[in-house]
Amino acid sequence: MKSAAFDLYQPADVPGALQLLGNPDQSVKVLGGGQSLGPMLNLRLAQPEVLVNVARLPELLNAKVEGDSLIMGAGVTHARIEDGLVPDVTRGLMPFVASNIAYRAIRNRGTIGGSLAHADPAADWVNTMMLLGAVMEITSAKSAGNGTLVKREVPAHVFMQGPFTTVLADHEILTAIRIPVLSASARWGYYKFCRKTGEFAEAIGGVLTDPERGIHRLLIGATDGVPLVIHDAQALMKPGDSAAITRVLQDAGMAQDPYAFKMHHTALCRAIAMRHQQA
Amino acid sequence: MNKTSIQLNINGREVASEVQGRTHLADYLREDQLLTGTNLGCEHGVCGACTIEMDGAPARSCITFAAACDGMKVRTIEGFALDEVMLALRDAFSAEHALQCGYCTPGMLITARDIVLRLPDADEALIRKELSGNLCRCTGYSGIVHAISSVLAVRRAARGGV
Repeated sequence: MKSAAFDLYQPADVPGALQLLGNPDQSVKVLGGGQSLGPMLNLRLAQPEVLVNVARLPELLNAKVEGDSLIMGAGVTHARIEDGLVPDVTRGLMPFVASNIAYRAIRNRGTIGGSLAHADPAADWVNTMMLLGAVMEITSAKSAGNGTLVKREVPAHVFMQGPFTTVLADHEILTAIRIPVLSASARWGYYKFCRKTGEFAEAIGGVLTDPERGIHRLLIGATDGVPLVIHDAQALMKPGDSAAITRVLQDAGMAQDPYAFKMHHTALCRAIAMRHQQA
Repeated sequence: MNKTSIQLNINGREVASEVQGRTHLADYLREDQLLTGTNLGCEHGVCGACTIEMDGAPARSCITFAAACDGMKVRTIEGFALDEVMLALRDAFSAEHALQCGYCTPGMLITARDIVLRLPDADEALIRKELSGNLCRCTGYSGIVHAISSVLAVRRAARGGV
């Protein structure tokens, strides 16, 4: 239960961190808050030669509203979101989700960017960012030639490719998340089943409606792979329509395992009821 | 493998060390600093026995690497010896039979203090939710919840509440 040996580097800024990446002769992992990677290292499920700690890079710690988005630095901790220490543009959805991630001691250290880069299908931010239609801002070590860093933007549903798999290349860091500002009429519901409070979810149901922006989304989360988002889900927002949710799960191929079906069905119904109560 | 130079403030004392990357903070505190009040249970962030305070907030020392903590303020259970809230919690843990073997207790106390200070109006349901990251295999939790509730009640009364 002790990690294999590695060298830990503590760069001062993003360019410094990027310089340490992309060496094909070394296995390198980027370390955020370490609340997922730490256990994986201790269990020796991950055995990198080099860790590059980005959790304290000043560029990753800010969150500010720019136009119709909130630019959230990847190093913002769950606790800062929970405590309202960064702006909320999601009408309470993100602080609510943050306050139910694992345990406070984990939330004090764990970061939103680290969680997204880790890409556990049952992780709350993985599912919430997909429900919100967030965009990942990725910075690359490959210089544009004049010393400026190369950035690219990838929507959440493309960013995650599968369980624990993202589009991030070896020479890239997830530096920020662009979260759309919800309209005043937006409503949401989010419900997760955990065996024990704070454990990873067995099933997550999410709904988001923002009629001014034409959004009526339903999310089936904590699945075996990338969370499933159903767009144009207006007809599914009525509470108590159990048969409609059954059909959604059947269409998604999630009706075979009766246990998983029941969990996802109930999570979705409760998320829909929660949204309805906000109306 | 390289060693990293770190400077920490541990329980009010400035400490400089050379550490391997793989050394987690709990091992560093126990074996280099001989602060054995911090206990190790699961060593993967689940059981809460190793909970300490980093820069004023509870954290798991078993999944935090000492080399990543340069410049931080660390407070272990030993650093709370004269803390007013911790004194009240220790008395309450004793009165309510909130421990048996005592292995989870350092982590429980640090989490309990965070609950008392951060959530002064916490009811029993919230205390139980906030305690969910600290496992106790002796008490069944009732004593621990009662101990924290009793400290909160005294503090609420002192500030003029009910």
